[in-house]
Amino acid sequence: MSPMRDLEDRRTPLSPQLAVRVALFGGIALAVFAVIFFRLWFLQVLSGDQYLVQARENRTRDVRIQAPRGEIVDRNNRELVTNRPSNVVQIEPQGLPDQTIDDAAEWGQAMGERERRLELLQARAEREAERRNRNRKKGQKRVKAKKVSLATVPLPTVATPDLAARYRRLGRLLEMRPETIHRRVIEQLVQLPYSAVTIRSDAPNSVVSYIKERQELFPGVDVERQFLRSYPRKNLAAQLVGYVGEINPDQLKKRRNKGVEQGTIIGQAGLEYTYDRYLRGKDGAKILRVDASGKFVGEALQQRDPTPGRQVRLSLDLGLQEAGQKAIAEIGGGLPGGFVAMNPRNGQVYAMGSYPSFDPSVFAKPVSNATYAKLTSEENGAPLINRAIAGTYPSGSVFKPITQLAALDEGVVGIDEPIADTGCMDIGTREACNAKKTVYGPVALRKALAVSSDIYYYKLGIELFHQDGEPLQKWAKKMGFGRSTGIDLPDENEGTIPGPTWRRKINKAEMKCRKKQNGVPCFFVGDARDFNVGDSANLAVGQGEVAISPLQMAVSYSGLATGGRIPRPHLGLEIQDASGRLVQKVDPGPARRVKIDKAWQQAIMDGLHQATVGDGGTSAGVFAGWPQDRLPVFGKTGTAETFVNGAPYDQSWYVAYVPHKTKPIVIATTVERGGFGAEKAAPIVRRMLAHWFDLGADQAKPEATAAELQAAAD
Amino acid sequence: MATTPIVDPTERREAPPVVPLHLLRIDPILFLAVIGLGLCSYTAISETRMAESASRQVVFFGIGIVVALLMSQVDYSRLRELKWGIYGFMIAAILAVVALGGDTRGSRRAIQTPFFELQTSELGKVLLCVFMAAFLTDRVRTLRQRDTTATAMLLALIPTMMVLGGDLGSGMVYVVIALAALFVAGTRWTHFAALIALGLAAISLTLVVAPKVGVEVLKPYQVDRLTSFLHPSDDPAEAGYQQNQSVIAIGSGGRTGRGDQATQTALKFLPEEHTDFVFAVVCERWGFTGAGLVLSLYALLCWRALRILTMAKNLFGSIIAGGIVAIILFQVFINVGMNIGIMPITGIPLPLMSYGGSSVLATLLAVGLLQSIHVQARTARKGLF
Repeated sequence: MSPMRDLEDRRTPLSPQLAVRVALFGGIALAVFAVIFFRLWFLQVLSGDQYLVQARENRTRDVRIQAPRGEIVDRNNRELVTNRPSNVVQIEPQGLPDQTIDDAAEWGQAMGERERRLELLQARAEREAERRNRNRKKGQKRVKAKKVSLATVPLPTVATPDLAARYRRLGRLLEMRPETIHRRVIEQLVQLPYSAVTIRSDAPNSVVSYIKERQELFPGVDVERQFLRSYPRKNLAAQLVGYVGEINPDQLKKRRNKGVEQGTIIGQAGLEYTYDRYLRGKDGAKILRVDASGKFVGEALQQRDPTPGRQVRLSLDLGLQEAGQKAIAEIGGGLPGGFVAMNPRNGQVYAMGSYPSFDPSVFAKPVSNATYAKLTSEENGAPLINRAIAGTYPSGSVFKPITQLAALDEGVVGIDEPIADTGCMDIGTREACNAKKTVYGPVALRKALAVSSDIYYYKLGIELFHQDGEPLQKWAKKMGFGRSTGIDLPDENEGTIPGPTWRRKINKAEMKCRKKQNGVPCFFVGDARDFNVGDSANLAVGQGEVAISPLQMAVSYSGLATGGRIPRPHLGLEIQDASGRLVQKVDPGPARRVKIDKAWQQAIMDGLHQATVGDGGTSAGVFAGWPQDRLPVFGKTGTAETFVNGAPYDQSWYVAYVPHKTKPIVIATTVERGGFGAEKAAPIVRRMLAHWFDLGADQAKPEATAAELQAAAD
Repeated sequence: MATTPIVDPTERREAPPVVPLHLLRIDPILFLAVIGLGLCSYTAISETRMAESASRQVVFFGIGIVVALLMSQVDYSRLRELKWGIYGFMIAAILAVVALGGDTRGSRRAIQTPFFELQTSELGKVLLCVFMAAFLTDRVRTLRQRDTTATAMLLALIPTMMVLGGDLGSGMVYVVIALAALFVAGTRWTHFAALIALGLAAISLTLVVAPKVGVEVLKPYQVDRLTSFLHPSDDPAEAGYQQNQSVIAIGSGGRTGRGDQATQTALKFLPEEHTDFVFAVVCERWGFTGAGLVLSLYALLCWRALRILTMAKNLFGSIIAGGIVAIILFQVFINVGMNIGIMPITGIPLPLMSYGGSSVLATLLAVGLLQSIHVQARTARKGLF
């Protein structure tokens, strides 16, 4: 070191300038420590408790323990709906990009809009076709309604490349296409925006352990062991049991779901819906420790065990149900239809079916839009629809006993008062005839019912039109038409009984709607005119705008059979605990009473019996060889003209009552486009009756030939 | 060190020292503070999921202590002559990392060696400190002139720019070292004012103006980390999440800590808990008490370093000491600040606490320098050369 340099470096012990700077330096240091100190004081001492709570919440998670849903059994305790455990792979919506959530909402809205437009256009096309057919001149061809279609809304693209990679990885593991996963995510987010999206049910255990071990590879993916609904009877009573699904935000707000937590599986349709309160049970919960990646660590900190749901025992007899569904499928020849069998005394429904049916196990997992569309599309016969309660049709002659009651009540005809049946007659501007223009001559009540004389009832209809107070409509209402039967199933269709008041109301609605649409017809009715005498004559024989469900028919005949006790039909019989012990009986409420004169009832029942045994009885052919002495059948055929896509068809109806000491039964059946009542509906009823009374296979088949059936047509 | 030749004991004026004299002249309080921090580091890292790192940290500490003791025995003044060599070595070391370095979370900052990751930017902090001191001491007569300040600043900015891309935190430390050296050396206040103005202009240019015209000076993750403390987040994918979890960990520690109940660390909510967020571990487990102890040790360290600054036998020593105080104080402030949620996440380690060989060794080397200054000052005062 040079002396010169050494000199440069030498300095006084502490120059005043340096002293100031060191003091400043120290000041800065002091300030730094003070800031840190006060911040720490604030965090740890002043708000430590609050952060402690946050840290605790951080590391624990509430996990739902699903309560097994109650089973549904028939009256003989045979299982109809049970549970089975399944590994369900889900994606938590929190694990998805916000973009995906927004995309899903947008897509859902667009699809909803499309659906609405489609429905509107389709309805308009159908009514237009119907109107044209009604106004067509002789010789002109019938037109069919146009099939409306609209482009679907394309699914949004996968929001981020990262998400696409996740879908691919998950797809490889679950052997699913990434596009399918994407579709499920979007579709389910539309339905349940805040709930986990089910990607796959029934994942094998190996996949479950793979995901659990490599949770970091599958962010947001959860594997849960859930109970899924199982339907061991396949398509038996499929429309009745309905299906379950996670509660959606709209349902959460409803009063019937008070106390139900988000994420709970509830009944969405059918009996699952009606008896949800009992079937549901109460989910348990446990609090688990989780680490930052969401993995569960160690044992549960707290646990509340789930309460299993109650079992529901139905009045349904699965044997009869099976016989009925088989009969309608085989005899109906693939045509849609429905049937109801019930006890006329107490309203217990023994069987209720709708054709076509489906296997409800598709509903055990989240249903895709495509599957749902298949189940409701008309090309497939809309198997989801329970035609026994939601299918309403003109009933044809099955309605005649009601007209009879109204006429007797109004005094327009006496029990034995004959009316001339001329085969054909003029009503208003048109000519109306019996089926095949048969001339019966003078007929009184019993024969009129037995042979199903249209002229007799046309005349009653015309007479009743001129009476005050709409007696025909009033009696129809009294006997259970145009109103809910009160059955323990949702989505019952009340049907329609046309009358002057109804007509005025609907005309008003039509006019209002047209005004709104600048004069474009809305087709609530084909044409806005008054209810006329022709309409009344039509109603008297169950034709025209009258719409009745098989259940309503069964209920009304039950009322007739019991002399005025209109029962409240019901499927639920008992609520039982999981081991089958009775907890509570289902009380459907008392029967509604209607005053029916004993003599009237006797006469009508005679007529109905004559129809199945008497010479020329409309269903005598079908019931040939039936042990009438032991099991008298009181039955009525019905053939109603309906329009499907603007084309006319005959709706086949049959209702029968068989009195019995222990198991009396009323069965109502209808087959769409099934032809004459005796052709399809009556043989179905015969088969069901044969099963119900254990008459053996030979009694199940109607003995009459097709030609005879044709001859017996009403 | 000095081996005493075997001579007649009567010729000696005092008894032969059991330990070399210079070793006794180190600052014992500084030494104890460092040992204390080492123990805290070991204990804290043992509590994390990276417990095996604790023993390696002890090894680093051991080596570092030896390095520091050796350093304390060397007269730091001799380093003045080597200043360009030091500067060149620093630049070369930093360049080596840029050329050979591996990526750590998107930033290039270390060379992988079999034993540990060599982060030359850590050593660079000490080297820059020594170089700045030497450079300014050389120009002590022209210190008040503008070009001295400018040249010094430019020389500091060269390594700064080189590390800035991969290691923003170290870059910031380099600037702080230069400023501290100028400050202790006695640069005019007006120069500081100008430097601060220039700095602010540069920051606003890179953060606000440059992205708008499409020039990306900072990488997106850097901007994200720098600004995330302004908006804590619950999203684990975002930088604000780490800070949020760190604040929860610290807050939940309360007055005396959660001890074995500490879940933020155990359940992995706290990221980088043995390096950048080791302070949060201390705070969660030992609460305000533990954090107070650690902070006191740092305060002790800074006090002793500042005292050494005033004691130093020459300006060179004072500037070195000033630079080292700046290194430690700045890093403590930024790291703890980021733990407690008042500073951005920059990846600056907590000196002597955060796990990492490069940082520990560099810091202990700096401590060795401080001890050397102390030893030399005491020796000079006693007149013993």
